[in-house]
Amino acid sequence: MNARIDAALKLLPEYLGWHVLLSVSALMLGLAISLPLAVAASRNARMRWPVLAFASLIQTIPSLALLALFYPLLLGLSALSETLFGQGFSALGFLPSLLALTLYSILPILRNGVTGITGVDPAISEAADGVGMTGWQKLWQVELPLAAPVIMAGVRTAAVWTIGAATLSTPVGQTSLGNYIFAGLQTENWVFVLFGCAASAGLALTADQLLGLIETGARKRRRGLIILGLAGLLLGAGAAMAPIAHFGKPDSYVVGAKNFSEQYILAELMAERLEQTGAAVSRKEDLGSSVAYRALAAGEIDVYVDYTGTLWTSVLGRVDNPGRKALLDQLTVELKRRDGVLVMGSLGFENAYAFAMRADRARALGVVSLDDLARVAPGLTLGTDIEFLSRPEWKAVDAAYRLNFKAKRSFQPTFMYRALSGGEADVISAFSSDGRIAADRLVVLSDPRGAIPPYDAVILVSPKRAGDRRLIEALRPLIGAIPVGAMQAANYSVDRDAGKVTPVAAARSLISPAN
Amino acid sequence: MDSLAIRLSAVTKRYGPVVALDRVDLSVAAGEFVALVGGSGSGKTTLLKTINGLIRPDGGEVRVAGEDVAATPPHLLRRRIGYVFQEVGLFPHLTVAENIAITPKLLSWNPARIADRVMTLLKLVALPQDVAARAPSALSGGQRQRVGVARALAAEPALMLMDEPFGALDPVTRDALGVDYRALHRRLGLTTIMVTHDIAEAVLLADRIVVLDRGMVLADGAPRDLLMSSRNPVVLALLEAPKRQAERLRERLGA
Repeated sequence: MNARIDAALKLLPEYLGWHVLLSVSALMLGLAISLPLAVAASRNARMRWPVLAFASLIQTIPSLALLALFYPLLLGLSALSETLFGQGFSALGFLPSLLALTLYSILPILRNGVTGITGVDPAISEAADGVGMTGWQKLWQVELPLAAPVIMAGVRTAAVWTIGAATLSTPVGQTSLGNYIFAGLQTENWVFVLFGCAASAGLALTADQLLGLIETGARKRRRGLIILGLAGLLLGAGAAMAPIAHFGKPDSYVVGAKNFSEQYILAELMAERLEQTGAAVSRKEDLGSSVAYRALAAGEIDVYVDYTGTLWTSVLGRVDNPGRKALLDQLTVELKRRDGVLVMGSLGFENAYAFAMRADRARALGVVSLDDLARVAPGLTLGTDIEFLSRPEWKAVDAAYRLNFKAKRSFQPTFMYRALSGGEADVISAFSSDGRIAADRLVVLSDPRGAIPPYDAVILVSPKRAGDRRLIEALRPLIGAIPVGAMQAANYSVDRDAGKVTPVAAARSLISPAN
Repeated sequence: MDSLAIRLSAVTKRYGPVVALDRVDLSVAAGEFVALVGGSGSGKTTLLKTINGLIRPDGGEVRVAGEDVAATPPHLLRRRIGYVFQEVGLFPHLTVAENIAITPKLLSWNPARIADRVMTLLKLVALPQDVAARAPSALSGGQRQRVGVARALAAEPALMLMDEPFGALDPVTRDALGVDYRALHRRLGLTTIMVTHDIAEAVLLADRIVVLDRGMVLADGAPRDLLMSSRNPVVLALLEAPKRQAERLRERLGA
């Protein structure tokens, strides 16, 4: 317990720094957009409705989706800018997070701004005209000071929303306090999840209270309170962001990882080997499955581990299964030709989709293979991870075996195993390298028709690092060095409930016995 | 040069199908105190606001001290014209002194001159000096309207426009303020146009009464002349009302 809190605390300066930088930037940008918009909308009644309706519409988009949508958009823009100006930009990480959070912060400031300005007593507005103020003088000297408390209340709401939603920038590759939550959810490290929630909530409360001082100061016309609040915000933000001032050096390697334990462990393994060469390494974790490959092809991450079957079906769009060796060979040639991506080779184990059942249940139903499963499927519930049912692998399996389940339910991988042991699912789409298969004594069903392609874990290197000798030499010893049993054990050491270790520790144990 | 303080020629204003002002002609000489009277909807407030450009007429021409209002930037025009209205409209985020100082500040007077002017004005409108630092919300209704008058007078305008300035005050305060303002008008040599629905107030304060009805001037003259010479039943009824009231008051109070 204490060890996990220590591990969480060690990550805090970096996570908090990025979280604050992101929230502050989004809020400032949001303020710069919504205040002029509020002034314009309060002047022009015909513009007011569409502007407010648009801002409300943005708010109805789930924040995670809003963040995710900016990635393909920016990727397209980056490609366009590359062709037009010969200079692209990163579509991953800070930029999509910033844009989405900025959009999110607009509504409360805009709505309160319009309410505040249009709510100024008409007699006072007439007096401002009567004493000879110009439109701008009226705005600055009368309307904005009188609307300030209402506007500040909107800024407080926006700040709380932005800080909360910033935790969702982790899956698009931006480090934030969300890293605790997403990593903790994957590895069932509830200390991390709680730590991330508490840190984010604490940050939101602090910002809210400081902004509240400014609001009270504006309402009671007490300059001292306003200065106190501003000073608190500036000092707090400065202190929080100081530790990350040295980050983002262009010379460092970026190691990517998707959003499950094995990926965290392998990313740590590669990062450690790269750091041993003296290089600076940053990590982009919790990437969505197809986001990771595109990020690599675009050079936003330098290296990560993917699986041959995934690349074969999702990236190349193939549905045939030429066999394990031929598939790897063809994949290596195709990815090089198409995207310039280097496939370094297999780590030595497979992490295939595997249909797994509890041993007692499989025995009772007489199920050994997917053919047997098809026979009893109408009475069974399938539990899968979130993406499996929309993947081509499922379509291939379904086409080959005609699996008509009574029900299909999606879970976070962690909860999928829970559902199986709890009887909420009868069969799950497990992963063959998952330590929980052996630990829970699950039965993996055979695939006599060869519908599921092989899933060798391979190291992929981005086009711009494909000729980087230092990187390639540092990682080459990992090729063929990890047997599936070792990977299962490492995964289980991170996933298990009692005595779990961090991915860093699991990565160290993964290769030390082989040495 | 036009020696008239104000001249309206064929001024027309419509709100949709409603004609608020129907080709109104009106000239006011410098130094006059004119009361605009009439029922609600007669167009008296609309007429007043065409003079400082708060309302733009649809037709006709308004000249202030010979200058065409339509051709003058409205904020520059308004800094030269005092404006007082029933709701007062003091800025709640500014002190009394800051409220009074607002127009001189817009005109970039130097701070010493402004401070001086504020003190002079407080004395002029019979307010104690110590209200200067207070917020408007800490004043009584009568005090607030005195500050309103002081603010309107701050930049030494020659022309004052007043829209039912004392309408929201209790009778005693109202009478006192009316008498005080009449004295100021004379002492400072102002030209004043005051909108009121209270005929007694108009008779007591103004040199000249202009009666408006449905956007047209029904009668125009000194109070006594109007009563003697007007044949219009509406005007006569209007003017005789305060006279009858005064007589009844005398009977009942036995003065």
